Amino acid sequence: MRYTLLMHYPEVADELDPAIIEEAQRAFASYTETLEAAGVLVSAEVLQPSTNTTTLRLEDGALQVQDGPFADTKDQLGGTLVLDVADLDAAIEWARQAPPLAWGAIEVRPGAVYTVAGAWTPNG
Amino acid sequence: MDAERLTAPDRDARAAAARTAAARAARESYGRLVALLAASTGDLALAEDALADAFERALRSWPETGVPANPDGWLLTVARNRERDGWKSAARRRAAPLPSDDEPGSPAAGSSSGAARPEASALAHDPLADVDPDRIPDRRLELLFTCAHPAIDASVRTPLMLQAVLGFEAADVARAFAVPPTTMAQRLVRAKRRIRDARIPFAVPDRHSMPERLPPVLEAIYGCAALDWRGGAADLAGEAQYLAVVLAGLLEHEPEPWALAALTTLTLARRGPDTAGFVPLDEQDPSTWDAASIDEGDAYLRRSARERGRLATPGRFELEAAIQSVHCARRRTGATDWAALRTLYDALLATSPSLGAEVARAVVVGRLEGPAAGLAALPADASGFQPWWAARADLLAGLGRRREAADAFRRAAGLAADEAVREYLVARAVRVDVAGDAAREDERDDASDDIGEETQPG
Repeated sequence: MRYTLLMHYPEVADELDPAIIEEAQRAFASYTETLEAAGVLVSAEVLQPSTNTTTLRLEDGALQVQDGPFADTKDQLGGTLVLDVADLDAAIEWARQAPPLAWGAIEVRPGAVYTVAGAWTPNG
Repeated sequence: MDAERLTAPDRDARAAAARTAAARAARESYGRLVALLAASTGDLALAEDALADAFERALRSWPETGVPANPDGWLLTVARNRERDGWKSAARRRAAPLPSDDEPGSPAAGSSSGAARPEASALAHDPLADVDPDRIPDRRLELLFTCAHPAIDASVRTPLMLQAVLGFEAADVARAFAVPPTTMAQRLVRAKRRIRDARIPFAVPDRHSMPERLPPVLEAIYGCAALDWRGGAADLAGEAQYLAVVLAGLLEHEPEPWALAALTTLTLARRGPDTAGFVPLDEQDPSTWDAASIDEGDAYLRRSARERGRLATPGRFELEAAIQSVHCARRRTGATDWAALRTLYDALLATSPSLGAEVARAVVVGRLEGPAAGLAALPADASGFQPWWAARADLLAGLGRRREAADAFRRAAGLAADEAVREYLVARAVRVDVAGDAAREDERDDASDDIGEETQPG
């Protein structure tokens, strides 16, 4: 069963000491190594800050392209992890060990379907 | 059973025997069977439907064929077949979220072998193939932890337990919670869908997550016990006691479930016949309390203390059970140990502060040091809290401040959810007012006589 960990946290990277960022990166690298070794990591991605994001909408059929995130909130989606584990408890157990939990919230969302070589495959 | 030996086609007797056997199985085994069926597929609603079908078929066919030697095994076998049909069609309907028969155990491409769920591959054949219907394993513990999983909305945990573990109809659960039946049915359906779709496991948490997983289970069972004090529709205190004892027995070495078993048992022991209306604890006649239940509750309490060990601090439920035990001891000793109660309330407020405990402690202080001290010990303002007004009223009456007391009793009555409690509080307001008038006529009236003067009307 695949679960996506959606990591939400405030974007304060600009103000942070590079040493702190480096420390966080080390912690994250060690975390994903553990996930990989346990055979549960499908993919992981840390996103650039929402200052670099672009949002598309259709308004009355016309394309609107805007700079900035979909929702302008204090916490932003900062990254995702996709895990393949037995059940929700296993996913929660991994999520509680994720370093970004110290900075914000982690949403554990079960997947519905995903593609394998372009073909949709049910989760589970 | 006699029904099996009937030679004459005595349909009525057979039907009655079938109904009795089905009812017995329903009471004693419903939770067991649901737990087993649900744990094998992760689908609680499907398990309940399958079992409901099996009970229906039992009631149709047993009057004809006689009650089988092992009713539980029969029900399980039928339900299992229904469940298998169910998950096959559900799999087709929902674009096969579970592996289908043609791809046995098909682990998702890209997923590692370590991540594959063992049950998922077992589903391709019969998930209950290894279960011996003569030795049905008890997986109610798993079911309790699923119902009170932190990923389930807290307000639906108790209803879910009542339905899944005890077999209550959604409409009865709705009545107990004073919620429209359709609303309750919706909440239950949504929770079960969540269990299935998010794959909330049917599992007993390991030791390291037990401290965070056990409290919501205790809380949900306690919520079931508390329901009946709010008056009403369904008397669920007995069901809560049953759940607590099951939980304690299955977990064996956790202290707080034993304490909850003690608390719910002792509370039940003090309940006299319902005909008397509301009688406050100190006016109850202890000879009407159930001595066997008190002994049973005290035994659970000792077990709780033993499992906790001497070095650990007593938990919230152990302290609450100990408080009940002190009250129940009046049956044996004829007196209430108020000093012991104060110590216990102090400890309870230190571990698990609550407005209710603060008010109860103030009442105890009132008993030990007089009503003025009790009044001073009441929390400053809790004007939306019925027990606060009731305690305040009683303490004011003790001080001879009758007008204020009558007002406070009326405020308490206005906040009382339970009809019998409301009637009692209104009656006290009237009595304290009448006593007040009498006192104004007789200046020598002494405050300490006040409570003694109040007699039950009729």
